[in-house]
Amino acid sequence: MEIIYLYDGSFEGFLCCIFDSYANREVPSDIVPEESASPSLFETRFIVTDKSRADRVFRKVTALSGEAALLLSRGFLTCMEHREMHLYRLVAKLLREGPGFLRNLADETLLPVLKAVRHLEGEAHLLRGFVRFSDYSGILGGEIEPKNHVLPLLRSHFCSRFPNEQFFIYDRTHREALLYAGAKAIIAPLDRFEMAPPDETETSYRRLWKRFYDTIAIKERENPRCRQTHMPKRYWNTMTEFQSEEYFISGKSSEISNRTDTLPTVSITAD
Amino acid sequence: MELLEKLTILSDAAKYDAACTSSGVRRGYREGYIGNTSSSLAGCCHTFSADGRCVTLLKVLLTNRCVYDCKYCVNRRSNDTRRAAFTPEELAELTIGFYRRNYIEGLFLSSGVFRSPDYTTELMIQALRILRETYRFNGYIHAKAIPGTSPELVEQLGFLADRLSVNIELPSESGLKSLAPDKTKGAILAPMKQIQTRTAQGKEELVKYRHAPKFAPAGQSTQMIVGATQDSDLHILRLTQGLYDRYRLKRVFYSAYVPVIENTLLPSLDTKPPLLREHRLYQADWLLRFYGFRAEELLDEQTPDFNPLVDPKCSWALAHLDFFPVEVNTADYETLLRVPGIGVVSAKRILVSRRAGRLQVEDLRKLGVVMKRAQYFLTCRGRMAEGLRFTPDSLLLNLVAAERPALPSSGMEQLSLFGA
Repeated sequence: MEIIYLYDGSFEGFLCCIFDSYANREVPSDIVPEESASPSLFETRFIVTDKSRADRVFRKVTALSGEAALLLSRGFLTCMEHREMHLYRLVAKLLREGPGFLRNLADETLLPVLKAVRHLEGEAHLLRGFVRFSDYSGILGGEIEPKNHVLPLLRSHFCSRFPNEQFFIYDRTHREALLYAGAKAIIAPLDRFEMAPPDETETSYRRLWKRFYDTIAIKERENPRCRQTHMPKRYWNTMTEFQSEEYFISGKSSEISNRTDTLPTVSITAD
Repeated sequence: MELLEKLTILSDAAKYDAACTSSGVRRGYREGYIGNTSSSLAGCCHTFSADGRCVTLLKVLLTNRCVYDCKYCVNRRSNDTRRAAFTPEELAELTIGFYRRNYIEGLFLSSGVFRSPDYTTELMIQALRILRETYRFNGYIHAKAIPGTSPELVEQLGFLADRLSVNIELPSESGLKSLAPDKTKGAILAPMKQIQTRTAQGKEELVKYRHAPKFAPAGQSTQMIVGATQDSDLHILRLTQGLYDRYRLKRVFYSAYVPVIENTLLPSLDTKPPLLREHRLYQADWLLRFYGFRAEELLDEQTPDFNPLVDPKCSWALAHLDFFPVEVNTADYETLLRVPGIGVVSAKRILVSRRAGRLQVEDLRKLGVVMKRAQYFLTCRGRMAEGLRFTPDSLLLNLVAAERPALPSSGMEQLSLFGA
């Protein structure tokens, strides 16, 4: 009998799906977050999230292979299609065969997860450089549009870089924000958000940066294809040096965002 | 003069410096300081300029005033160009402003020679002091050591910077004599030697005292201009090899000469920068640093220049067909690295994966091996890829066809020079 598992979208919820599948001795034909589930002919079942069950699954995976545990938690952050089923199969194979197959990097169960995690880590690596902050009276704020959930991977880098600052990074794709203040960092869902207009100091720095960017290129060596290979266009949207003229004028609301909904800037509290 | 104008003049004057890396040192959070250095081995690129080069540091000159008159340089004394200088305070503030906005990974500070090498270096030290001590900056700093600076000042500079570099400028002494009459080989090599000795000494001290201050922890690099003189690739590569061996350099950078002035000693103004040649030199440089090749293996007196049609590793493989095919299931790491299409990453993956079971040809692509090149040079379980037919002659053609789309665009124009 075909059955689809629905869960609350959290990592713990997903681990509980694995737990239930073993408890019920059945293999789901798909595992999807409840909110993105489409009507289907198959039977569906909502799996309730239970922290202790989730912990049991994760502990078991960790005991078998620390590397697999890392792939599991990182894999869950990726934008891989059917990521839940790929991860489910990985865990199932691990429980069935033990960790030996993890050495074979071309293994058909492992490879898709490896590729997705490499993609995630690659994107996080690029964004460590491509994030652009603006200074809003002492608070640094920036926006990104990543394909994967990169905020958990950016957290430690930016926290150790700016330990005495307050900053936030808003992920437009997944509508969540990394907030840091007073040596504490949280990642929280944030539905609507728009940047405040920049002041005079801020726009002058933007102009300085734009000018530096334009000047540092050697005309005789121009090579747009090479640039795009290293820095795909989908990142340009949120980078200072590729914004239109209004972005460099103070008082104008930030043109970096092209959405229509408005909301005052987030206030940052450390808790 | 306004800051925006200064920045324009002084970054324009610094743009020909190739080095813009933030690699070689990992430094995390430090209480009361701002900044860290990238945890990634490869450093961190913050953007890519229109010429496709990585921008990671704020690359500027402290001043473009210069008492020297090097013929290939835009900042030479006799050139009629606008001059500017940052004050040390101004530059430190600008760096922090950029750094907080995550525009940059740190500062790359170079300078024209203002009054004297010592005077200029003192100004640079002042700027870096303000940055490190007043702003408590813990990020990356790359500083230029100017030939002719007294050792005491180089010493101070080294304790403020992560990386130091002294530019070789031109690959031969005769080139220096005719084009950079104010510089000598001795004056360039002296600080290089000093930096090397001091870094080694610093490492010893660190063993004894855990908190000993670090001297240029990211080591030193250098740069030379390619195509302004008649030096062959062989000469350049031998020099590079020597620098890695004798001076323990982290990197040697090559900069394709962009004509900036009409001079009978230099290529004419309408000469295109030799980008393909620069590309080949970088490929060979990688082979020296990561693949266990030596300069003498890649070039010799009979073929003193690289083949524009295929990369240096393919060239080597074509000249050593008796070395191949390599059996991927048994070959050691060094041997795997000699196969065109297998790189450091895929070689390591092969080593891991073959412990889980014997590899098949289909697995190799999944491990990241570039099969369009590698297939001619390897076997899996004693067999080559299915249906592969080639002779030594068609092999060259196949390899050329495999690489052509990836070459820099101006490469095609250059090919005609060699009568391809």
